[in-house]
Amino acid sequence: MSGHTTELVVFVLLFLIVSGMGFVASRWRRPESIESLNEWGLGGRNFGSWITWFLVGGDLYTAYTFVAVPALVFGAGAMGFFAVPYTVIIYPLVFLVLIRMWSVSHVHGFVTPADFVRARFGSPTLALLVAITGLVATMPYIALQLVGIEAVLKAMGITGHLPIIIAFAILAAYTYQSGLRAPALIAFVKDTLIYIVILAAVIYIPAKLGGWGSIFDAAKAKFDASPAPGDGLTLNAANQLQYITLAFGSALALFLYPHSLTGVLASKNRNVIKRNMSALPAYSLLLGLIALLGYMAIAAGTKPIVGPNGRPDSNTIVPALFDQMFPDWFTGVAYAAVGIGALVPAAIMSIAAANLFTRNIYREYINKQATDAQEAKVSKLVSLVVKVGAVLCILVLDPQFSIDLQLIGGVIILQTLPSVALGLYTRWFHKGGLMAGWAAGLVVGMWMLYLIPNPATGKAHFGGSAFPLANFGFDTKMTIYVGFVAVIVNLVVAALGTLLFRALKVADGPDATSRDDYFVDEGDPRVKEDLDLAGSH
Amino acid sequence: MTTGEPGHPRTDRSPWNWLLLVPIVLPLLTFLFNADEPRLLGFPLFYWLQLAFIGVGVVSTTIVYRMTK
Repeated sequence: MSGHTTELVVFVLLFLIVSGMGFVASRWRRPESIESLNEWGLGGRNFGSWITWFLVGGDLYTAYTFVAVPALVFGAGAMGFFAVPYTVIIYPLVFLVLIRMWSVSHVHGFVTPADFVRARFGSPTLALLVAITGLVATMPYIALQLVGIEAVLKAMGITGHLPIIIAFAILAAYTYQSGLRAPALIAFVKDTLIYIVILAAVIYIPAKLGGWGSIFDAAKAKFDASPAPGDGLTLNAANQLQYITLAFGSALALFLYPHSLTGVLASKNRNVIKRNMSALPAYSLLLGLIALLGYMAIAAGTKPIVGPNGRPDSNTIVPALFDQMFPDWFTGVAYAAVGIGALVPAAIMSIAAANLFTRNIYREYINKQATDAQEAKVSKLVSLVVKVGAVLCILVLDPQFSIDLQLIGGVIILQTLPSVALGLYTRWFHKGGLMAGWAAGLVVGMWMLYLIPNPATGKAHFGGSAFPLANFGFDTKMTIYVGFVAVIVNLVVAALGTLLFRALKVADGPDATSRDDYFVDEGDPRVKEDLDLAGSH
Repeated sequence: MTTGEPGHPRTDRSPWNWLLLVPIVLPLLTFLFNADEPRLLGFPLFYWLQLAFIGVGVVSTTIVYRMTK
């Protein structure tokens, strides 16, 4: 413990500065009143390119990602590098989709993806399914941010749950007060720290380890010696399909998460989004370099810290590497970057989850005449409940359970693809077909995940997302990403269901959007009118 | 094309949008990069080429943004 005093002092100092910023944020770009979801939940819907870049980057590239991706590369090699193609594909993939979502959301005042589905397909039930899917997928994601903080605390020799509870209590308090402005302001500090730490790491550590060539050679030697079939410096015949489908499937899923959309809807016009599609890949480069920290840990002979259960916790590999390589004060900065890195996404995710509850459950089923102020009040309270739930998840349940749930979360959020993403392009699907496809995709996805064991941890079920094609009867060792198969089943069932319901002349819901709604931009009278309306309550 | 003339239907359509397909498809073609050699600055092909695709993504989205502004 005493060996970590300097690190701890730097960590606590930076954490306190950031917490102060969180509270002050409510006065930043101050609105007349913060008591509406447009203000509390979307920061006034007026963020420019820079703020959006920091906010969305800080939101998508979470502390857990920064800890878990290098841990995966450390353990399995090339497979863990899927994070790079995943985050290359994502921006050109959603480039045209997000600007449509922005336009239609600004005309109609949508705050959540379920709001859009409600209006597009005229079905509160389908919207409820999309909202619940979003909530279930987001909750474990918030809990995982705690795993990120815990990893650095463990590396500083701090055990016990009290520090995590204090950290989340502070986070809950300033999110309650400042809404989306808090993570937007903190993201500046978080991302700056992360960029400094990683740039220092990729210059300083390879120099100490004899250059990049010897780092990769050390990793190759480790994988050549290991008996595990799936690891290696490159992919093998069995895991290439998994690599491709996991990268593509994850890219499809990312912007279906309600919290990803929150940052997009908070931007002030379509060009801000387009510019960010070119600027956000800077974070992908950062993530690629962070992934390679896993190999640096191999070359440096870093050992993960052994957890209370007697097993080494691979998530501590990057903190352990920093501790081994950097001077104490800089290790403290690096730990603070990861710790603060957990707060930004946790805040945005809890805001997005709270907005889903407020808009698609509270307003739909509990108080149809809710005013803006009531909506903001409910969202603020729910954001507290969500964070208490996340802390309880980590305290009461095995953290492994959150990791499993997050894995499942990626598969289930993909099942909203036909209603949310394809819905932006076509109204062809019947609401009944979409519900049937959603259900079929979920059942198939859960069944496949249930069948996957993880021999490394001795688990029989929910051991990963790589499904052996041999289970389908193919004579091969190849594996495929579960979410990819599940969403294809979903699409097929949705299409067949649509044809069936049309043939049976089952009534479909009305479409409250019109074609032009998908192309309007800032300055259009219909967009402005909506925002004035929202501000006048 | 966000500022359509009154009477003309607005649209996001543009031939430039096809350029977006390049950075979506390239990173999925594992046969292009699944090898150790040739190395660049010590990086095996698998790593440096995939990192280079980030640049392809940036260039493509920037061109599409500029051409459809």
